[in-house]
Amino acid sequence: MKLRSKHLLGLEVMTKEEINLILDTAESFKEILERPIRIVPTLRGVTVVNLFYEPSTRTRISFELAERRLSAEVISFSANTSSVKKGETLKDTVQNIEAMKIDMVVVRHQCSGVPYFLTQCLDASIINAGDGAHEHPTQALLDLFTIREKHKKIKGLKVVIVGDVKYSRVARSDIWGFSAMGAKVAVCGPTTLMPYEIEKMGIEVYDDVDEALEGADVVNVLRIQLERQEGGLLPSLREYTNKFGINIERLKKLNENFTIMHPGPINRGVEITPEVADGPYSVILNQVTNGVAVRMAVLYLLSGGEGKVE
Amino acid sequence: MDAKTVERALIRIAHEIVEKNKGAKNIAVIGIKNRGEYLAQRVARLIEKIEKVQIPVGLMDITLYRDDVQTKLEQPLVQKTEILFDVVDKVIILVDDVLFTGRTIRAALDQIIDFGRPKCIQLAVLVDRGHRELPIRADYVGKNIPTAKSELVKVKIKEVDGEDNVSIIKQ
Repeated sequence: MKLRSKHLLGLEVMTKEEINLILDTAESFKEILERPIRIVPTLRGVTVVNLFYEPSTRTRISFELAERRLSAEVISFSANTSSVKKGETLKDTVQNIEAMKIDMVVVRHQCSGVPYFLTQCLDASIINAGDGAHEHPTQALLDLFTIREKHKKIKGLKVVIVGDVKYSRVARSDIWGFSAMGAKVAVCGPTTLMPYEIEKMGIEVYDDVDEALEGADVVNVLRIQLERQEGGLLPSLREYTNKFGINIERLKKLNENFTIMHPGPINRGVEITPEVADGPYSVILNQVTNGVAVRMAVLYLLSGGEGKVE
Repeated sequence: MDAKTVERALIRIAHEIVEKNKGAKNIAVIGIKNRGEYLAQRVARLIEKIEKVQIPVGLMDITLYRDDVQTKLEQPLVQKTEILFDVVDKVIILVDDVLFTGRTIRAALDQIIDFGRPKCIQLAVLVDRGHRELPIRADYVGKNIPTAKSELVKVKIKEVDGEDNVSIIKQ
């Protein structure tokens, strides 16, 4: 069993078997993080470039730790301290970086499709760390891992994604990922933040959060980007909080042993109240811990070659 | 080697371990996945029977310490490593089914040392088939079986394969 592609662009194209392989491998990697020496020599000699065109705390640190814990060489690049400021194009930038002999590129960019574009101009393995409103596959994988760890299964769970679905790459990757693993996925948010024809992804769509939460096992609360209000898509943040914010009262609709997820960063008091974010059913920090193990698994599996092991 | 021979070899190895270390004080056994894991458990049980003490048993997967992960091969499946005791100052008995090139043992040694500094590490194997590529030798050997490099030594054990048996397959 191996991954069919040497790139990780998104979960849309991944099979259930491939996702399971990544999650199983991540389980073994999670144990390494508990050892006295949290580093293994596996990717010694592999050079990974973290190419971040957008700000990021969790994803970037998480990838960097994952790379270092596999003994890879890590080069971190952020757009605003580089020649991008002088007007260098994306293609020129990456081709120059590749000319310095590198093996893998982890890329975050505000435009959808950039990771795919890089696969066309580089030989390196490309890992999508979030592209525009398209996909954020490692986030969805760590969500799947966290839910599988807690619920011991994914199949049959009702997973509700609440918030700004339209601009959320996490939502899209989660929809594909959880659907592939057999969960029932529903989305809920204001109509202005819901893409047209989203029901064609084979999911339930709600504009009433109390209806959506009925009988749910997992709620993934998306961040409301403060810029949305300025764009006129939300009348006010307070109205959003009243209509869609996840508070203690709304949790009563959920199934027993429910789980609250949030990809971070949290706007406390906007999309989620602090009591819920810090409650015993919240796995927000477990998600962050698991992120390192999942990213180690992805780096490990993608760095393999074509031949069979004897 | 049939089931009885395997059994006798393991009993002898357990006695040799106790004899060489003058008892079972500070001894911990670590098996290398897959089959070494079960052999390690058996050896530990046997030592416990002889010395009437508890022997900690760990298991480890050496995939991440292999020296060929970066060659053009498909990545092998990573399995769990479980060393739930402190290795510092222990006498570690490393157990595997077949000793061949020595590369697996090299990886295992590196991995153990990343867990801490044991007092010493000794190696027990069910079969030593020769053809070492590294300066590594076993302290306890069930049976030396001279082989040609092209031959395959197939070890079957109860817990995985339903029976204990060692055979040589010509290719």
